[in-house]
Formats: sequence, structure tokens, C-alpha cells
Amino acid sequence: MAVLFAVLQAATLALILALVYRPLGDYMARLYTSDRDWRFERSLYRLIGVDPRSEQSWPAYLRGVLAFSVVGVLFVYVLQRAQAVLPYSLGLPAVPEGLSFNTAASFVANTNWQSYSPELTMGYTVQLAGLAVQNFVSAAVGIAVAVALVRGFARRGSGTIGNFWVDLFRGSFRLLLPLSVIGAIVLMIGGVVQNVNGFTEITTLAGNSQSLPGGPVASQEVIKLLGTNGGGFFNVNSAHPFENPTAWTSLFQNVLMLAIPFALPRTFGRMVGSNKQGYAILAVMATLYVVSLAALSALEAGGNGTAPELAGGALEGKEARFGIFGSTLFGTTSTLTSTGAVNSMHDSFTAIGGMMPMLNMMLGEVAPGGVGSGLYGMLVLAIIAVFIAGLLVGRTPEYLGKKIGPREIKLASLYILVTPTLVLVGTALSFAIPAIRADVESVSIWNPGIHGMSEVLYAFTSASNNNGSAFAGLTANTPWFNTALGVAMLLGRFIPIVLVLALAGSLAAQDRVPATAGTLPTHRPQFVGLLVGVTVIVTALTYFPVLTLGPLAEGLN
Amino acid sequence: MSTVSTGTAPDAVAEHTPRQMGSPSKRPAGAFGPAQIMQALPGAFRKLDPRQMWRNPVMFLVEVGAALTTVLAIAEPFVGGPGTSGGTAVPLTFTWAIAVWLWLTVLFANLAESVAEGRGKAQADTLRQTRTSTIARRVTAYDEVTDAAASRASIVEVPSGDLRLGDVVVVTAGESIPGDGDIIHGIASVDESAITGESAPVVRESGGDRSAVTGGTRVLSDRIVVRITSKPGETFVDRMIALVEGASRQKTPNEIALNILLASLSIIFVIVTLTLNPIASYAAAPVSIPVLIALLVCLIPTTIGALLSAIGIAGIDRLVQRNVLAMSGRAVEAAGDVTTLLLDKTGTITYGNRRASEFVPMPGVEASELERAAALSSLADPTPEGSSIVELAAERGIRFDPSTGSENGVDGEVVPFTAQTRMSGLDLSDGSSIRKGAGSAVIAWVEASGRIASSAFDELEQRVEAISNSGGTPLVVAAKDAEGAARLLGVVHLKDVVKDGLTERFAELRAMGIRTVMITGDNPLTAKAIAAEAGVDDYLAEATPEDKMALIKREQAGGNLVAMTGDGTNDAPALAQADVGVAMNTGTSAAKEAGNMVDLDSDPTKLIEIVRIGKQLLITRGALTTFSIANDVAKYFAIIPAMFAGVFPGLAVLNVMQLHSPASAILSAIIFNAIVIVFLIPLALRGVRYRAGGASAILSRNLLVYGLGGIVAPFIGIKLIDLVVSLIPGF
Repeated sequence: MAVLFAVLQAATLALILALVYRPLGDYMARLYTSDRDWRFERSLYRLIGVDPRSEQSWPAYLRGVLAFSVVGVLFVYVLQRAQAVLPYSLGLPAVPEGLSFNTAASFVANTNWQSYSPELTMGYTVQLAGLAVQNFVSAAVGIAVAVALVRGFARRGSGTIGNFWVDLFRGSFRLLLPLSVIGAIVLMIGGVVQNVNGFTEITTLAGNSQSLPGGPVASQEVIKLLGTNGGGFFNVNSAHPFENPTAWTSLFQNVLMLAIPFALPRTFGRMVGSNKQGYAILAVMATLYVVSLAALSALEAGGNGTAPELAGGALEGKEARFGIFGSTLFGTTSTLTSTGAVNSMHDSFTAIGGMMPMLNMMLGEVAPGGVGSGLYGMLVLAIIAVFIAGLLVGRTPEYLGKKIGPREIKLASLYILVTPTLVLVGTALSFAIPAIRADVESVSIWNPGIHGMSEVLYAFTSASNNNGSAFAGLTANTPWFNTALGVAMLLGRFIPIVLVLALAGSLAAQDRVPATAGTLPTHRPQFVGLLVGVTVIVTALTYFPVLTLGPLAEGLN
Repeated sequence: MSTVSTGTAPDAVAEHTPRQMGSPSKRPAGAFGPAQIMQALPGAFRKLDPRQMWRNPVMFLVEVGAALTTVLAIAEPFVGGPGTSGGTAVPLTFTWAIAVWLWLTVLFANLAESVAEGRGKAQADTLRQTRTSTIARRVTAYDEVTDAAASRASIVEVPSGDLRLGDVVVVTAGESIPGDGDIIHGIASVDESAITGESAPVVRESGGDRSAVTGGTRVLSDRIVVRITSKPGETFVDRMIALVEGASRQKTPNEIALNILLASLSIIFVIVTLTLNPIASYAAAPVSIPVLIALLVCLIPTTIGALLSAIGIAGIDRLVQRNVLAMSGRAVEAAGDVTTLLLDKTGTITYGNRRASEFVPMPGVEASELERAAALSSLADPTPEGSSIVELAAERGIRFDPSTGSENGVDGEVVPFTAQTRMSGLDLSDGSSIRKGAGSAVIAWVEASGRIASSAFDELEQRVEAISNSGGTPLVVAAKDAEGAARLLGVVHLKDVVKDGLTERFAELRAMGIRTVMITGDNPLTAKAIAAEAGVDDYLAEATPEDKMALIKREQAGGNLVAMTGDGTNDAPALAQADVGVAMNTGTSAAKEAGNMVDLDSDPTKLIEIVRIGKQLLITRGALTTFSIANDVAKYFAIIPAMFAGVFPGLAVLNVMQLHSPASAILSAIIFNAIVIVFLIPLALRGVRYRAGGASAILSRNLLVYGLGGIVAPFIGIKLIDLVVSLIPGF
């Protein structure tokens, strides 16, 4: 019965995503290539002094991304620090400095790591004017960067890769906003709350009094998922009945998280002039997704121990209304995209099952990954795969007619260096500096030993990959974690963006080499398999030692 | 009607094609044996100098690790022994064993490079001998108008090293040519064996495409006047020496890119190892430094890092073995990327001589009569065309008794070919005569007798046209009897004969994604027919040097990489423009200067060989990179459980190879890592076997062999080594 239900859910999800793939992908391709502006967009361009028809070189594009993001961080930071004097703050005090920085970095970096309990920390103004706005625009920035890279592949001998402001506005207003409206309505129909009632005092059946938080949840919820943000309105995120009331809303939330990342390969195929190339990238993402989902589901369904065997699976930390598959599905989706929302507690997964969300993030969140970031991450891996494959067939490697030379390899290599460095160095520093280690051991880690190490590793993995999910069991609202994770989130977001845009510029400047029989075809199953292999091997080699010290040691002992 | 020439001068390009395709002249390649190793050992030790190692970041890292482990091994007795690592005790000799094998790893890498370099050394030494200073006889005031032969000019004797660009020297039989240059007067036979290895002398003469001479070669006969075209120290021989020794080797773009990838993989693994102990110290027990170094060395791509430069040197060396000198490694690599191959028709695609393929008699003429007349008129014709007619006739049963049918035996007077008559033939003693030649010339000769029906001309026209249309050359044969009555006998079909096996070669190239374009001075009709027969993808007819240049530029604008061969001065701009320009050694200095490769055998078909070597070079790098990275999987399964099984006994399930003990597991992985380099040196030197085919097929095969093989091989290798290591007391 459970298996049938699981298959049904998976099939429904796959069907919906398949139906959405072409129209949404084509819509995005048109959106980012059209030269027509909406009237209010034109007035916005005039307001900020941007000529929407002028194209930018990659440094100019990058300056736009960085300037916009710096302003975003400052704005969210100031908003939190000034919460006490803002309206609709539900009487909540100003957010402390460290936490404000962490939260500002987190939302601008599309991570939405939350070191705090939202309903007890953030009032409506901060939630809506600060966090919700970033939920939209940080997602739009990610897609913009991905589209810029795709333009790099599509263009020949061009000095420009598009206009950041146009990409940003179109992504926000023409893509995320309309989809959010539709999604929010569906969620409200499903029972997600949407009000500005603040806290409601109720008397429970047992006669106790309880304070129930309300709020504009549905509108926050939809963009939390659609923009692969993941910052919940409530602390327990999508496990909370007001955020995610039923099994089918949970399934719908999966759709919201996966729709754009899985449709972007279509946009890519469209823009480079070969839908087959899009299908190949899609196939790589889908393969990794399915394997990961199957592995986690099998591990959780087969959890050993008395309780799991009686319950027919490891149900600790999972909501009964979602069941095991509803939880593993959501967990897989959330960590393979850069969402980080949870409807079950990953900390309570079986030891090796708990490794899967970590592995998902360690893959670099490319299957299908965050909105935009998943595509550009996968394309960078494709460049590495093409390089090795190209050598193996005896040609200077080329991808989509662009030669992969020293400059491209340098940028791609640096890209794959960034997150492992942040994850491993962050985790190591937490234990290497005596004062910090003392603080981490006494304050943050609730489960000492290898599981505690896994919690710290998970935190840095989540932050550096801009996922935002937490392993729970770790108190991260400390000066060390607020600062270190905040820095990891910013560096993990923006160093790759710098490299990707540089790559876009370098590719756009190249001419296209015509394909011959000697050219490695990059749309066949062979290449799909190779790219899956490269992605898995690079990740496995990097993280194997530290995983043995964490979940593997725990699971095998 | 096409211009027909029967008795042209001996074909000017005949000398270009002394060898059949597919049998490249190979110098005996230095094999990889004990002799080579002994010879290379001193070099391998010299290369341990960190200032040299620095250029190879991966191996430099190993050397630093080796030095550090050695220091630790020395210090250990004073600080209380090796103790434990990751909760496991290790034997006393462990650190020393690791240190020794790390040094060996570095040495093996250096050895690979030394052996590769050593293979060029012998040839360089021979070349050096030719460079020894000779006395040059320099003409002080050369006047090319009044005294081209410099017979009256005053001559001073200077050491060859003092010659400057533009100097004019006189060289006579028995002397060495003092420097690279072009012959500006005279003709001589020259012994070029010092450079080409070919003992037969070659003819060099002023003007034309065979005027270049190389310093160090010897004039065997006659006297020539040479204008020096190279600066001292930059002669062809100097460049050759630098090249075969690998001294002038610059990293190619792909090599640079690969180095970057390897360096960044190394950085990742440095971070993995550096961060391991702080994490382990919380969750488990810290690992000792020698074990960490062992882990790092096993993970970084040492196999490819060790062999990378040997592969590059060996690639150029493979060209040298085939008597091709690449002026840069970049050119070799570009050869692998070539997508368009420009091939000259004459000498490359066809044998360069037209051959008789058919006799087409006129109506009412017996075939045997035509055959007999054609053969008779050709008996005295020394050209390849002429003898091919005799041969074809012989096949048809027309033989001449040696006593009567030989050149002298036939009673008559030979009428040789001249440019004016455009015919040749025989005036027999009985008063009759035979002529063969260009259609118009023979017709004029026949019409002179004035007794031919116009219908006969129409018939002839039909036959001639049919042959022309098929790309052949028609040769009309006519005879006059003793009374002077002329008769048209028929037409001999001469055609360019395409070399054997070419069609297959071109199909192979097509499968490799390379388009072949035939370049010819022939008219489009002839060109088309030959192109179809040879199986080239395209042709350029009536090609002028300008057309060739335009074609190259057009191809390059479309993103193609173009390779071509050339020898003449008018080829020079195109050779320079092409991505891979192979100049023939017989060619002019200008051509050799413009190309980025020189073929000492002057065999234009070698271009195909060069493309293969270029591809092989890249594939070898890719294969060993894949192998190297794939190896890491097994090494992890050897080392990781060994590191932490002391604390987490459960991790023993990861010890899938069932290695004897943690210490033996780690040492075995390190030993495997070192020995695999030695095992792969022959492959690096020889190159991965390249079979022509589509990219997909090649990729599948190489992934299977080097990817899957790279995963499986170390599991077996490490297990075997462990069986031996476990016999050492303490391990």
C-alpha cells in the first residue's frame, strides 16, 4: 500500500513536471531574449537610469549583480536592526547584530538559513519588505546569471552577455510574481493560512491556553519554494500544518520547488539552438534525482531498530500525514534544489539516510539545483566532463562549439574548488580553534560525538551550497556560527557567480567551431552517463573522508 | 579540347613521392629497456632539484611530502616513535617505508621524463656533429647580373659561424654547406643524410622549388652559389637539436588547461587532508602526519602528473621518428584538431603521372591496329605516359620481339615531342609514319594530307570528348601510309591514377570528422572525376596560390582548422596561414620558414600520419588523466578504513580488499601509486593506440579501458602488493 502510494506520488510529480517542461522553458527563453519592455518596466528603468537596450560586458553585468546584492544585504540588515520602531512588528524587538548579519546574508544569497525561530523573531514588516522581497530578487539574480552563461554559449564573437537589470526585472515581474500568485491561490485552497492576525490565543481541548501565530503564510510559502529559497514562516518550516497542511499540498510544494530548475534546461536548449542539448542536461539532473530519491527512500523505509521495524520504517522526525515517502521526497527535492525547506527533520533520518541530504548538497546542488544556480552549476560540470572526454577522443575539447581552453578550465576548476573549501575549512575551523571548539561543544552541539560532527558538517554544507536546510540538533544562533555561516553563504554564492560570469564572457567572445564526426556529441546517453559520473566522482572523492567520520561511521558501527 | 602533352620533361614532382603510403620511414625508436633507464637515471636525480620540480605542481607536492616524511622519520626516535595513527598502532619502520616510496614516486616521474628526453639525445648528438664549424668561402661583392656564378668575384674565407643573413658563399664538390640558404646559381647533388637519414644524394638547383640547402649537408658534385638565409645559432640544424632534445618545448594550450585542472584537483585534496585532523580530533582520533601525507599523495593525480611531460616529449619524438620536425608542440596538438585537410592532387592523391588505361579505336579500325600503332610510336618515348602505353599494349598481347621491336630494332626514325608540334611518333623506313599527340596537332597533321571525311572528325570528336568528360586525357593516334594517305586510328585514354588504398584513408578521415579537399591545377572536369575516384570530399580546380589562400581563410572563418603541405615559395603565405603547414624538405627556404612542420622525407601523404599523432597525443593525456582519477576510488577504500578502523571498527566493512593491516594497507597504496608510474611509462612514450572512428566510439572504448580499468586495476594491484607487504615483520 505504502509502495503504491509512493509510486503514485512520484508518478504524479513526474507527470506534472513533464507537462510544465516545454511551456515554462520556452516561456523563459522568450522572456530573456525578447526586446519588448512592459510600460512599468520602462519607467523603472528610467528611475534607476538604465538603458534596457544596452548590452553589458561580463564585468559590467557582474558589477550590477554585486551592487544590487550589497544594497540588498544592507537593507535587510538595517530593517532587522530597526525592527523595534517599524510598524506591524508584533511588538518584537530589534534583531541582534550577529543574527541580523547572518539573516541578511542568508536571504540575499538565496540560502535562507535561519538561525532563529521566525515566528518569534521577525515581525510582518521584516518578513514582507525584507525577506520576501529577497526571496523574489535573489531567485531572479540566480536565473539571470544562468541565462547570462547560456548567452555565452549561444553567442559568437560577442563582447556582451545581456543586461543584468533587464534580466533581474523580467525574472521578478514576468516569471516569479505571476507564478507566485497562482501558486499562493492553490496553497490557500489547500489550507495554508494567509492573514495579518498576529498571535491568536486559543484554549486547547485539554483546557490549556496556547498562542497560535498567524500571518501572510501562503504568499511567503509560494516564493519560498518557487525561488528555491526555503526560509519558512514558521520554525518547523513545511512540517508546520499552517505552511503545509496535507499530503497533496506537500506534493504541490515539490512541484513548486522543481518547476523552474527542471525547466531551465529547456530554456538552455532553446537559447543555444538545440533542444537536444537541453534534454541531455535534463536527463543528467533527472538521473541523479531519481537515484538519490530511491536511495533515501530505501534507507528510511528499511531503518533498523525496534521502533522503525514496528512502524514499518524510520518515522522519527517525520509527519504522519506525509509518511515516509512524502518525507523523503520532500527532503530529496529540497536538498537537491537549493531550497532547504523541510517537512521532516533530516537529523532524525537513519544515520546513512541522513547522509543523503548532505550528499545531495555536496553534489553542488545541480540535480536540478537552485533556480539558475542549478543550471550554471551543471554547465560548469559539463565543461569539466567535456574537457576530459575531449582529450579522450583526441580533439581540443569543445562544448556547443566553444573551445574549452586554459581560461575556461581555470574558471571551471576554481568554481568546483569554492564550495568544498568553504565546507571543509568551515567545519575544520569549528573544531581547530580551541575557544570556538569549546563554544561549539558546550553551546551548539546537542548530540556529542560523531553525530555532533555531522550536524556541524551539515550546517557548513548547507550554508556554502546556499541550501539553507538544517540538520536540527545544532544551535546555530551563536557568534561563531552566525558569522562563519554568514560568510560561507556569501562566498558560496558570489564567488561562483563571479566565475560563471567570467566564463560567460569568455565563451561569448569565442567563435563557434562547427561540429564534425570527430566532435564529441553532447546530447547522447553516453555523455549523460559521463556527466553523471563526473559529478558523482568529483563529489565522492572530495567528501568521502569526512563522511566516513560522520554518517558512515555512525551507520556502520 | 584540353591541352595534351605527350612527352613532357620528367615529372618535376616525381622526386616527392619516393615512398608508398602507409610505410613511413621510421628511425629505430629507442625502446624502453634497461639501457635507457640506466642512461636516464642521472637526469632523473638531477631533476629532484626543487627549482625544477616546481614547474610540475603535482610532483612538487609529492616531493615536499617526501621531504617532510623523511624529516619525521629521522626525528621519530627522539620524540617517541611513530605511536598510533587514527587509533591504530603502526610499526617502527612505517615512516621510513613511506618516505622511501614517496622519494621513489618522485624519481619514477623524473625517470619518465628523462627517458623521453633521452630518446632525442642520440639524434641530437649526430646533428651536433654536422654543426661543427667549417670554413665558408664568402663572396665579398656579389654581383648577380654580371657575375651570377661568382667566378670572377673575390672570395674570403671565414668561419661558418661568422656568416650573416644575406651573405653569399660558394660551395664546391666535397665541401660542407656552411649555413642554411638558397642556391642562387648552379646545380649540385647534395648528401643530406645527416638530416634526413636518407643516403641517396638529392639534386638541388637554383630557381624553382628545390633551391634550399641546409647547413651541414655536403655537396657531392658541381659548384653552387648560395645565399645564406639564417642567422648563426638559428639554423635549421640548431632548431632541430633544440627540438629533439625537448629544450625548446613550450607547454601547449591543452597541456596548460590540463595542468590547471590537475592543480585544482590537487588543491582540493590538500584541503581534504589539511581539514581532516581537526575534524577527526573531535569525532575520532587524529591521524599521524606520515599517514596524512600518504593519503594526499594517493589522492592527487600523480600518475598523469608524473607522465604529462613525458607524453608531450614522446609525441614530438614520434614525429621525429617519422622524419617530421614540428617547430612547436602547439602545431602537433593543432594537427589533432584539424578539420580540413588540403591535399595537392599530384604526388599526394595520384602518382603524378598519367597512365594509359584504354584504347578507343575509330570505327572500322581494328583494336589491335590501334594498340600496335600506339605502342610502336611510344617505344622511343621515355616518359611515364609513353611507357604506360607500351605496358598496356603488352597486356593486350602486343609484344615486340626484342630483336625487332626494341627502340633500335624498329627500322625508322624517332620523331621526338616538341612544344611546337605537340606530337611525337615514328617515321618508318617504308615511308609510312605514326603520330600520337594532342588532338588538334594530330588533326592538323592528318588534314595536311587532305583526304579525310568530315564524319571521321566527328567520330573522333565524340571519343575525345567522352574521355575529357571523364577527367582523362585523350591522346589521338594517326598513321600515314607510304603514299601519304592519312588515317585516324583512335584515341588512347590517359588518366591520372589514384594511389592504392587512398579511398579507404579518406573514408577513415571522414569518420574522424576531417574533410579532405583536393587542390589541383586541372580543369574542373578532370578535377571532379579524380576527386570522385579518390573519394575526397571536395576539390579546388585550376587552383592558383591565391585561390588556395582564399580557401584556407574561408575554411578558417567557418571555424575549421586547416592543414596543408607545400614546397614552393608561392606556397609560403598559405603555409603560414594554415593552422598546420607542413613544408617539404625539398622545398624552398621560404616554404620551410612559413610552415610549422618540415617533412624531411618530403612525402605529402604524411599529413594524415601527422593528424593521427596529434590525436594520439591528446588521447594519451586524456586516458592517463582518467586512469589517474579513477584510481582514487580504490585507494580510498584502502586508506580510509585503515585510518579510522581503530576508532570505528565498523568501518572495516569498507576494507573490501581485506588488506592485512592498516599499516600494510597504507603502504601498499603508496607502493601501487609509485609502481603504476613505471608500468605506464611505455604507454606514455608509445602513446595510446589510436583507431580511426567517430568520436562516440572512441570515447566509449577509452572510457571502458582507462575509466573502468582505472577503477578495477588498483583494487587488484593494491591487494597483490599487500600480500607481499604483509610478509614484512611488523606490517
